[in-house]
This record gives sequence, C-alpha cells and structure tokens, in this order.
Amino acid sequence: MENKLIQTDPSELLKTQTNARIGLGNVGGALPTQQTLSLKLDHARAKDAVFSPLNTELLADAFSKFDLPFFNLKSKAENKIEYLKRPDLGRKLDNNSLEVVEKNNEKTDIVLVITDGLSADAVNTQVINVLKQLIPEWSKKHKIALALVENGRVAIADEIGEHLGAKFTAIFIGERPGLSSPHSMGIYTTFHPKVGLTDESRNCISNIHSDGLSILQMVQILNYYKEESFRNEYSGFKLKLDLNLFEEQKNTPIIG
Amino acid sequence: MEFRYTVNSFTYNFKDLKTLMAKASPYRTGDALAGICAETNEERVGAQFALSEVPLSLFLTEHLIPYESDEVTRLIVDSHDQNSFSSISHLTVGDFRNWLLLDTTNQEVLGQIKMGLTPEMVAAVSKIMRNQDLIAVAQKCGVISRFRTTVGQKGRLSIRLQPNHPTDSQSGILASTIDGLMYGCGDAVIGINPATDSPEVVSNLLKMLDEVREKLGIPTQSCVLSHITTTLNIIKDAPVDLVFQSIGGTEKTNSSFGVNLNILNEGYQAAMELKRGTVGQQVMYFETGQGSSLSANAHHEVDQQTCETRAYAVARKFNPFLVNSVVGFIGPEYLFDGKQIIRAALEDHFCAKLLGLPMGMDVCYTNHADADQDDMDNLMTLLGVAGCNFFMGVPGADDIMLNYQSTSFHDAMYMRKVLKKRPAPEFEAWLLAQGIINERGERNNLNSKHLLLNMHGK
Repeated sequence: MENKLIQTDPSELLKTQTNARIGLGNVGGALPTQQTLSLKLDHARAKDAVFSPLNTELLADAFSKFDLPFFNLKSKAENKIEYLKRPDLGRKLDNNSLEVVEKNNEKTDIVLVITDGLSADAVNTQVINVLKQLIPEWSKKHKIALALVENGRVAIADEIGEHLGAKFTAIFIGERPGLSSPHSMGIYTTFHPKVGLTDESRNCISNIHSDGLSILQMVQILNYYKEESFRNEYSGFKLKLDLNLFEEQKNTPIIG
Repeated sequence: MEFRYTVNSFTYNFKDLKTLMAKASPYRTGDALAGICAETNEERVGAQFALSEVPLSLFLTEHLIPYESDEVTRLIVDSHDQNSFSSISHLTVGDFRNWLLLDTTNQEVLGQIKMGLTPEMVAAVSKIMRNQDLIAVAQKCGVISRFRTTVGQKGRLSIRLQPNHPTDSQSGILASTIDGLMYGCGDAVIGINPATDSPEVVSNLLKMLDEVREKLGIPTQSCVLSHITTTLNIIKDAPVDLVFQSIGGTEKTNSSFGVNLNILNEGYQAAMELKRGTVGQQVMYFETGQGSSLSANAHHEVDQQTCETRAYAVARKFNPFLVNSVVGFIGPEYLFDGKQIIRAALEDHFCAKLLGLPMGMDVCYTNHADADQDDMDNLMTLLGVAGCNFFMGVPGADDIMLNYQSTSFHDAMYMRKVLKKRPAPEFEAWLLAQGIINERGERNNLNSKHLLLNMHGK
C-alpha cells in the first residue's frame, strides 16, 4: 500500500536497469524507515558472515568420506580479530600444524585447501558440494590431499603445498562479504606452490554463491585452470581464461 | 639525529625523525602491522611531546625518505618555497599548532604560507592536534577549484555522483546517474569506477556520460576512473573532461600503481590541451588513501599518515580539480574501526587543505571493518563542519561494483540541510531551472514526462 508520508521516486523503469539501490523514495530527504532498516539488515548479515565460525566438525566428517589424506590445520592468527588485524599471521601455519605437514612423507600431486577467510559460512554451505563433483574426476589422474585451515589467508596454501610436495594447490576461501552476497566463495589456484609467491602467480575464480557463479560453472573453470597449469607448468596472469570456452558465462565476473 | 623525552624520570629515545613521527601517530592498525607504532600509550604521548619541540626547519634537512632514492622526496624538497616559509621558519611543531589556531591566522595568512609547508611538517603538526583542532583549522583553509562548476566555495557542498555497475552496463549506470541527479548530486563530477580497464569500455562510458550531459545541459564534468595510461590511449577520440589517477606518497608506491611523475605530467599536459572547462581549466582528479604504501611494501618504515600526506605533494604539482582520500576502503588491517577511520579522515582532510588542495572525502567502510552507518553519519557531519569540498553519492550507500559502503544521495540531502550548504552555483542554477529542487534545496515532485526520466532508449 502506498505510504503517504513518503515522497516516492518516479523511476520504476529505472529500477529494472540495475541492482543498485535506486528509487528508494525519501522522507525529508532521508531514507524511509523500511529502506534504512533493509540496509542495516544486509550489513548485519555481512558482519555476521565475517565472524561466522568454520564448521570443522561437519567439514571434517564429510572430508573423511573421500578416503584421502586429510590435514586439520590452523594459522598463526588465534582468533578473528587478530586475523583481521594481522594478515601476515593468516598466511602462516601455527607450530603444531607446521609439524603435522612437515612429518608427512606421502607424495601428493594436488592439495585442496579449505579455509574460512572472511566468510566461513560461504565455505560451510558450498564446499562439500564442490568437492563431491571435483574429487571423483581428479583422483583418476592425480594423488590428492585435503587440508582444512582455521583463520587462513590465500597464501597459506603455498606453505601447505610446499611442505606436502604438491605440484598444484587450489584454496577455497570465503570472500569479503558484500551487502547483497554475504556468502560468496572464491578459489585461488597455484602451480608449484612455495612460500613467498604473490598474487600474479595465481588464478582466481570469484563470486561463487547462489546469485553468482554456479558450482557447475565453477567446476568447469577450475578444471580448465588445473589442466592448463599442468600442461604449461605455470599458473597466474600468463594463463588467460579463454571466455569462448564458456560462452554462456561471458557476463559473469571472472578475474583471470 | 636522535630525539628523547623524559616522562616521570623514564627517558624515551627515538633514533631518528621518522621513528619519532611513527611513534607520535595516534594508534592505528596499519602502523602496528608495520611494527613502527609506539609500544605504550605513554610512549606515544612522550613522542608527541618530543615532536612538539622539533623545529619546523629541521624537516627541510632531515628527509624521512632519502632524496637520492625517491622522486617524491625530490619533488618536495625542490618545490619548497623559502619565501612563503620565512614567516613561520622560527616555529617548532608545537608552536606551529598554537599559531594555526590563532584567530589572526586566517584564510589569507594560510594561503601565504602553504607553499612553504612540506607534507612532513603538516603531518607532524596533525599528530599533536585533536580532532577539533583538525576541524577548526581546516575550516579556515578555503580551497576553490573550477572546471564547469566551481567547487569549494564557503556555504557550498558538492557531490561526486558514483553510479558504478558490476558489468559496466550503460543502462544500469544511466539509471543510477538519473536517480542521483534527482537528489541534487553530481556537481563535483559524475565519476564511474569501471569494472574493467578496457579502452573500448572506458571510451563508450565517457561518450554515454557526455551525451547525457549535453542533452540535459548539465553544468558538470564527467570522469571514468581508469588507469591514466588507458585514459591517455583514448584521449584523442573520447570526450575526456578530467584525467584520473590513484597516487601514493613514495616513488615505489606510485610504481606499484604503474605511474611516476613523468606519466602523471603526460596526462596533465594532454588534458590541458583539450580546454573543455568553462569556468576553469583544472583537469586532474586524484585519489589517495592511508595504507597504500604499506600495502605495496613501499613505506620505508614511514608511518601511513605521513606517507599519505606526501601523496598530496604529488597531487599539488598538477593543480587538481578534485582530490579525495578513500579513507575506509583499504580495510581493517590499516584502519580497524570507526574511531580510526574518523581520525584518519579528519587528518587527511586537514593536511590536504593546509597544503592547498581541493580536498573531498570518500566517507566509507568495508564489511570486515568494525564500522557502520552511524560512524559514517558522525564522520560526514564532522567533515561537513570542517568544510570538506565534496563527498561521494552512491545509490543507497551501497556500491554494488566495489562492494563497500560510502555516502548516499540521501546523505547529500542530509548534509546540505543540517549544515545549511548548497550545491555548486552553476549546478544549483540548473537544478532550479529543471525544477528538481526548490529554493530551500528540497526535492520537488518530478512529472514522469520530465526529460530526466525519459533518457533511456533515446
């Protein structure tokens, strides 16, 4: 029902052109109550996503069913606040975890690293499905190990991959929550992981969430990066994603 | 040169000027991350006392980053004007603060000394100033800039309309632009952050904005905030009003942005040749932000606020139309919460204004910082009182391309109302003529046949 207190914006047509918050109307120039609370709700959800805990029990249980070497690890960041303040700590394994990966003697081709990043819920809700589609195919060709890391940043996959002697790592990480997509996951892949690599050595797939890139699309792109990395023996900016291979996804934001 | 200060019989030593500056900085996570901040609250205030005793003239001989290895230091030293400095050359940092706050130190006096100030002097004095000092002095430094509008006059407040779209959709960007114009935004610039740096996309967006501006007769300027080299690529064929670039306060920071003083000068010269301004020819738009030097590992152990202020020397060289810091955008590892963001924003605005820049501010935060809309309300009100030249106008405060929250079209209405400020004069006249706002700055009800609402598909 029309609210007579609100000066509406005569821009219904405009609203169909963008997801931006336009045509909100105003009360004395200010946001109407409904709109101001909606913004607050979206921000609340995004903040909650940042502090959501990694569901290690659920994930570890699901991972054990793949019958692969599995490492339960932690970064040097002891809690979320420290994680936010000290990105350097999130890139390193804590002493116990380091010992665990150092002790490992088993050869591995690929390590799949799963970590909370800035939205554990993005990972809690999506990663098991992803792995179910990925692992049966990949394990035909490669020896795979799984690592679950609390409070990890992207570069922690380098340290894990290097110690496990892996040729290739893919890290599944919760992205910085946006107001409209608090549960978005990203994946970074690296060939020949070693400590000290920077972002130009990686390929990235981002925006994996219910309104973004679907898991099916994501698996296709991830397959492509994996195949091309092994074929060229490098990863990163030199590896261009040929969008023609994924015709229907041209409009999906993909960072190469 | 070593510095020391004794508090209750304990003597703090500071091994050089940059250490003293870093330890005297109000606490923020970026300096802690860099490992250069004071270890205790007492040490911080001790450093502030010691800094207050440093003569301003010392900054001319003690360079925080060596002259030989950094072109920004060379720019700062070589462009220092001894004549403008002479009237304050006898002051210490502490007395410089006292002097700045005097009633006799008015806009005219501040204008006379600005070329005698180096960024380091200005950063130093800001570290011993309270928020109210930063506001009171900034308010005295009126800085006006001109292109098609006049921005920064007393009693005026301008807005950069920021109609970003995640896939650079022209109709999406146009829709947000029209919504913003209806709220009186866009007098600083209509400025798009493109999702890609493709010359073709940038060029098409510029053409679209120019067409809208011409069709509606809007006295304003447009900008697509692409890399300066992209802009230079298309400047001959696309309607470029302002040349944009992100800049930092050290040579290495700038090279991480893919620029140096030569490239900036190339962009400046190319834009000056176009002569597209009507009321003035200030053609550059720069963005800065605390933390960019540390993030690029290019800070030379200099604190982030001093690095930021050095970026203003780079901006000042090219007589910009607009400069703004993107203060809360960089994230909590540099500025953790609302308190740190507010402090940093007031410092950035004060330092830039004292150096003579037409400073605006992106009052903003990301979702992993401990900040919210209430913090932004506080900050925009404080900066409005301080005389900040312009703010961002983002639909509903939610930038759906950059994924952060800035100030909204509605915030512009709020600020102009409570601070009794009006849009830039040329733009205000247009808003009135179009019947978009009334004489009191309130929004009129627009007829659905209004040209503004019939731009799509035409």
